[in-house]
Parts: sequence; structure tokens; C-alpha cells
Amino acid sequence: MVAMNPPTEQDTRGVRNDIRGLAEPDAEAPKVARIEGGTATFDAADLSPRLVNLELRRLVYGEGVREIRVENPGAKHSIAVGLLARCRITINGSLGYFGATLGDGPEIHITGRVGWSVAENMMSGVVVIDKNAGSLTGAAMRGGDLVVRGHVGARTGIDQKGGTIIIGGNAGSMTGFMMQRGRQIICGDVGPGMGDSMYDGAIYVGGTVAALGVDCVEEELTPDDEELLDRKLGIYRMDRPDTFRKFVCGKQLYNYDNLEPSERKLVL
Amino acid sequence: MCGIAGIIHTDGPGDVGTEMTKMLQSMKHRGPDSAGYALYGEPSELVVMRFKLADPNETSDFDYNERLERNRREVESRLSKIGATVDRVEGESAYAYRATFRYEGELKPLADYVEDIPGCEVLSLGHSLEIVKDLGDAQTVADQYRLDSFRGTHAIGHVRMATESDVDIAGAHPYWAYPFSDVAVVHNGQLTNYHQWRRRLERNGHRFQSECDSEIIAVYLAERLADGTSLETAMKQSLDDLDGVFTYLVVTEDSLGMAKDAMAAKPLVLHEGENLVALASEESAIRAVLPQEIDSYDPYESEVLVWSR
Repeated sequence: MVAMNPPTEQDTRGVRNDIRGLAEPDAEAPKVARIEGGTATFDAADLSPRLVNLELRRLVYGEGVREIRVENPGAKHSIAVGLLARCRITINGSLGYFGATLGDGPEIHITGRVGWSVAENMMSGVVVIDKNAGSLTGAAMRGGDLVVRGHVGARTGIDQKGGTIIIGGNAGSMTGFMMQRGRQIICGDVGPGMGDSMYDGAIYVGGTVAALGVDCVEEELTPDDEELLDRKLGIYRMDRPDTFRKFVCGKQLYNYDNLEPSERKLVL
Repeated sequence: MCGIAGIIHTDGPGDVGTEMTKMLQSMKHRGPDSAGYALYGEPSELVVMRFKLADPNETSDFDYNERLERNRREVESRLSKIGATVDRVEGESAYAYRATFRYEGELKPLADYVEDIPGCEVLSLGHSLEIVKDLGDAQTVADQYRLDSFRGTHAIGHVRMATESDVDIAGAHPYWAYPFSDVAVVHNGQLTNYHQWRRRLERNGHRFQSECDSEIIAVYLAERLADGTSLETAMKQSLDDLDGVFTYLVVTEDSLGMAKDAMAAKPLVLHEGENLVALASEESAIRAVLPQEIDSYDPYESEVLVWSR
């Protein structure tokens, strides 16, 4: 057991920091939610991100509530992170950076916009954003569906390892940079450097592509692809562009079987 | 990391001093080292000059106060000598001052002549621009310089996490576009061809007050503007000329602009309202002045946008 450092004095804004600078290590859930028939609602306006997350955990794990509504999120960072249970959360407003990240199971609906790195490292579940998103949307995502109805910034699905990212609007530069598996469906236009250094997976684009990145090539759509596009866009009731183009890895940079000179000596 | 913010009222003056403090204070976590403001008040016939004679982390030796007083009087006398009619010189803190004077001539010789005084740095010069920067968070600086009552049409601000140079006023943003009247810049990022550009600009006669890479953006734009290039064109040229990662904001007497590098590596959130445009590194800064739900988006790579008041 690591001994917990004693919390230092409260600073002028009433925020507690421990000796490592971590905020509120001994905070407890504020217990402000109103629970009615399996549905809980609470106002996040006066709560810190940590208190919002503690309240969500208390409701999901402690009270077993499966439907939660959060009012006035006020573009706070790191809200609804690390939830590892099936539940349905509606966030009525916008989030800052790292919203709905590290989740495994929850269905999260955000009615406003989100900042950078939404749903980063999501394992499974659904995240739906009604407006725009910042850069690094769905970074290192491993599973589940991430839906942005508006536009997204740069590097969407960087290092993506699974799941599906669906964008209703346009995407910025370096979309799908180093993606390793999974799918991206982008209904609008995509910026330069798309699919740069991707290992595997597929990017479907309804609009124009400014420029392809290194080792990203176009491929014919199969009937399976068409079925996937129809199904995914149908689930989230999104307008389907008439035609889609499919982009995959050209595999010209694959050097996995080539041993380093020192390793070759060992094998021989 | 650093945090930058900008606000412009398109329907007349507002409380930009208070608004900018709120925006910067909500991004304190992005940069606790220093905070800076470039504020635009009502344009006046007088020239406003903000200058400092020492740095807050300078040790005060035995004749510190006497020397500052002597140098302050020297600034006044040099202003008179070069042909300015001094209106007043007010002490804003122990080492920073605000002077107003009537002057029709070239600004560069005036700035050079005043800065020749040991320890003196002209922070800003113009008919409506006032740059205030000091160590500490935004609220500390705003209280020290009494910015809460400042009314104006637009402003930019910066909270700094020092990565490329010292923690002092010279390294704090915004940078005045020496020697160009009423232009200032804040920057979030790192410029990798700083030394090349500094040598080029120094050969053209420009002076640098700090070791901070961001200073070249201000001087670069000033040189382009002096050649008659429009602000928007100069900013578009800067995307090719500057190397590194950057998002910067620039303000002139009547406009506010933003530029983002080709990789979109540094964040910026933009809200364009009916009578107000607000932009910042984080949406929470915009929410500090517009608490209701708003529409906002991230500008894309290589984007240059300019708004006028």
C-alpha cells in the first residue's frame, strides 16, 4: 500500500491539492443527483470535473442507476471518463478535452460540442456528439461506435485499433494517421495527409480528399462495405452521401519479416 | 503549453479588461508563469506608451529606487528632446509605467532613443494599444495594473508556460510589433527557424528584447505591414515562412486575426457570435464570458481568419 500524502491546505479557490499537485485526492461524491424511477439527473455547473465523475461512479456502481442526465457541463475537461459498465448517459451541453474517454460499455450522448481527444481509448460502447469535435477524435480507440454529427479537427482516429468512427461533416488533416484496425466513415471532405502510415483498417469518404498520406491507397467497394455503410448510417439516422470511396493501407511499408543484422546472426 | 485568448466586440466598446481576465484565469493550468494582455481602448489623439525600467525578479540593490526614479525622469526628458509633448507619466507598479504624449514623428527613433536607457523596454506604443504583462496569473496581473475598469473594443491575452526562454517580463507575451504602431501578437507553440529569422530581421534594423521565439512573429508581421502588405496577406505568407508548430493571434487598431500552422498542432476554439467573436485555446475560456450553450468549432490547418471591429 502506498501511503496517501496528507492533503495540503485549501487554496483561495477552495480546491484541494495534495503534495503531488493532484486535485482533491480525498474527495467524495457530492450526492446531488435526483433519482426517479431508475433515472438520475444532476447539475454539473458548480462541480469540479472530479466531483462530476465521482457522482457518475456513485450512480452507476453504487446506486445501480442505468440512465443518467447531466445538465450544464460547461465545457469542462475529462467528464464521464473510465466508466466500465453498461449505462446510458446524456450530457446536455458541451465538453472540453478528453470527454467520455477510457470507457468500456457506456452509451454517452453529448448534445453540444467536444474538445480534443473525445472517446480516446474507448474499449466498447457508443459515444454520440451532436455538434462539432476538436482534434484527435477517437484517438487509440479499440472498440465501439463514435459518432460526430458535425465537423472534426485534425488527426481523427490517430492510432485507432478498432471500432467505428462516423463523421457527418468534414475532417481535418492527417485523418487516420497510423491507424491499425477499425473503420472510419466520413460523409464530408477530408484534409491532406489522410491515412498517412496506416497499418490496416479502412477509411470510407463521401466527399473529396485533399491529399492521401504515405502508403494510403484507394480500393474498390465490395457489397459488404455497402451493407456496412447503410447499416451504420441507418442506426444513427444520418444522411448517406450517394457514393463512397474506400481507402486502405498499401502495405508498401510492411517490413515485419526483415530482421535486423544483429538478429539475423542469432537466427543463423 | 501556453494558453491564448482573443475577444472582439463588433458593436462598440465592452469591458474587455474584465472579460480577458476571466478568459485567461480559466486557463491558468495552461501557463502559471506569467500573464499578458494587449488591450485596445478608445483611440486617442495622444500616443500611449507602456514601458518598464526593471524586471520583477531583479534583485533590488542599494540605489534601486533612486535609479528607477532617475531613469523615469530620463525617459520624460528624452521624450521632450525628440519632440514629444508629454501629457503624463504614471507609475503602474514599482517598475512599469504608462506615458501619454503628443507626437507626430516616426515611432522607431523614439522607441530606440527611450530604450537606450539602461533596463528600459518599451512594451507597447500606439494610439489605442496598451500591453500589460507581468509574472503571476491573470488575476494577479489584472489587480496589480487595475485592468478591471478597462473598456475597449478588442483584446488578446496569454498565459505562459515558459519552455524556450526565461520567466521574466521580456519573455512574456503579448509582443508589440516593434516599431509598428498599435500591433501586438500572442503565440502558442515553438518556432524552429527562429534564429534564421532573427538574423534576417536584425540585418534589416529591427531590435529584439528577448530570447523568446514568439517575438519574431510580431516583428515579422510589422515588417510586412510596413511594406504595405495587408494584415491577412502577411499572415498567409507567415504560414510558409515560419517553421514549427504555432497558433497565433494578432491584433491591430481595428482588427483581430488568427493563424494556424499546416499541422494544426496547437488548439484553438472559435465562437462567432452576432456582436462578439471569442477564441481561445480551450472552450472553457470562452465559457468564462459566455456561460450559455454556444456554437463553436476548431479552425483547420493553415487557416487564416481576420475580423474587424
